[in-house]
Amino acid sequence: MNQRRSFFVLTAMAFGFAFLYIPILSMVVYSFNNSKLVTVWDAANSPTIKWYVALLGDTQVLDAAKLSLKIAAMNATGAVILGTLAGLALARFGRFKGRTLLTGLTTAPMVMPEVITGLAMLLLFVAMQTVVGWPEGRGVTTITIAHITFSMAYVTVVIQSRLLTLDESLEEAAMDLGARPAKVFFVITLPIIFPAILSGWLLAFTLSWDDLVITSFVSGPGSTTLPQLIFSKVRLGVNPSINALATVMVLLVAVCIVFAGIWMQRQEKKRQRDMQLALAANQEGE
Amino acid sequence: MSRVAQPNLGQVLSGLLQALLGWAPVRAAQGRLKDWGVTGRMAVTAVPYLWLLVFFLVPFFIVLKISFSSVEIAMPPFAPLIQWANDKVMLIRLNLGNYQFLWEDALYSSALLNSLKMAGVSTIMALLVGYPMAYGIARSSREWRNILLMLVMLPFWTSFLLRVYAWIGLLGINSPINQMLLALGLINEPVSLLQTDWAVYIGIVYSYLPFMVLPLYTAIEKLDGTLLEAAADLGCRPTRTFFSITLPLTKEGIVAGCMLVFIPATGEFVIPALLGGPDSLMIGRVLWEEFFNNRDWPVASAVAILLLLLLVGPIMLYQRAQQAAGGAHR
Repeated sequence: MNQRRSFFVLTAMAFGFAFLYIPILSMVVYSFNNSKLVTVWDAANSPTIKWYVALLGDTQVLDAAKLSLKIAAMNATGAVILGTLAGLALARFGRFKGRTLLTGLTTAPMVMPEVITGLAMLLLFVAMQTVVGWPEGRGVTTITIAHITFSMAYVTVVIQSRLLTLDESLEEAAMDLGARPAKVFFVITLPIIFPAILSGWLLAFTLSWDDLVITSFVSGPGSTTLPQLIFSKVRLGVNPSINALATVMVLLVAVCIVFAGIWMQRQEKKRQRDMQLALAANQEGE
Repeated sequence: MSRVAQPNLGQVLSGLLQALLGWAPVRAAQGRLKDWGVTGRMAVTAVPYLWLLVFFLVPFFIVLKISFSSVEIAMPPFAPLIQWANDKVMLIRLNLGNYQFLWEDALYSSALLNSLKMAGVSTIMALLVGYPMAYGIARSSREWRNILLMLVMLPFWTSFLLRVYAWIGLLGINSPINQMLLALGLINEPVSLLQTDWAVYIGIVYSYLPFMVLPLYTAIEKLDGTLLEAAADLGCRPTRTFFSITLPLTKEGIVAGCMLVFIPATGEFVIPALLGGPDSLMIGRVLWEEFFNNRDWPVASAVAILLLLLLVGPIMLYQRAQQAAGGAHR
């Protein structure tokens, strides 16, 4: 259904995309500006890479980035495991007791204002510490647990919708041939939904890498993540080295997304071809 | 048809997990669980379920409890609700003072109303910007559609904080936009939108636009094109077709998109903190300051409960729209 789009719709689209990308482009452009005043373009001495050089020497930023990477990777792995289990339960187990509550619990973290989630998590950790003595103080552990809790909701949605569009007949065939459910999952389901699992992992990683509000509530002294550091710098005003940092991050993300996108499209094509081959073989057999 | 299968990452992972499944201790544990009447399905469901109950549902009851406590100089800085007098008599001290305080101090009610207003206006603005975008994407050719969708998603993958920060430069007095407008002679002196409500509106629309466009796109894409053709054949003008067919049939997408913007925007902290003025308070910022600056955990908890009560309606609305859309999928 490819209808002619009206002039109005095209203009609105152009405006929308310009709105989405101009701020990002402006950060990229001004990261090469020589002037310390971020918004005044120093035409004589620009472009310059001095802010990037300064960034490389900034151990505070590098340490925070390292910590954020570590938390994001742990979070993504945990969130993918829990989210896949939850997605499997919601998509495949039909109506079970407590399904409605589980659905609610997996969608609520996505819309809940972060200040509420952050405060609630912190109070839980404080209460747990007085009652069971764990977690001791707050830091990487509490940040990771909090991140897993809200990012597993996103993974659940990704996995669940992938499973819902997936033809169940392959799984049923394996089941009919006497494979146990666990084996069916690992041999049939998991390889097919693997691209969804990977995009869930990336999504969870980004959510954690990006989070400021929840982290601020549940972090302790000595565990400053990159967003926390950026926020404290930004509050003091605009700063050209932040533009450089932003450019590096945008570039990394863009490269990752493009590669992941190409890879996933290839996987999808391959999967469709395999399915067709399987169907053709099936018909030959009959 | 024997094609040489190249093992991909997924197959390697699945092989490893299968090996783990066959490992003797794992088998033994499985057998033990089965003896207790625990099925595989129950085990699969229980793990994420317990996690969410412990780390997501229980905390809200703790917030509720602490909102009835009173502030104390201690760590944690609040008085316990339950105390034992002489080890025998249980005393429960419910302190309604926090809620009374929120009721009496105009700061909180005005912050709450202001948040609703800011979130509402931004949601409408996001809908006005997002709907034509989603419509245009859904009506594009297949290849273009995927590229455009990716372009909508891409900013979402880059740091939220940095994208909000970018607007500080764009809205300030020396901004390139201002210089351009001055050069064109459209304005006589530079205007700064920074620290005004407009900056917050722009920030919210900008940050949450992908959340508006994606559910709208899904709804518009599902729309049956023959209905529109029929309307056109019967002489219905495009504007009327839009308002009497397209808009009602994409209602679920509109509700889902609006709620995905409105709910988090109401409690938003980063955008008003970086772009908004000191006099335009939003409730998320009030909660943050109550907690971090005043260290008044009980009042912060009471604010959280109040905000939650306010958002229960919209959250239910969102979940119903989600379920309706999910039902249509199957």
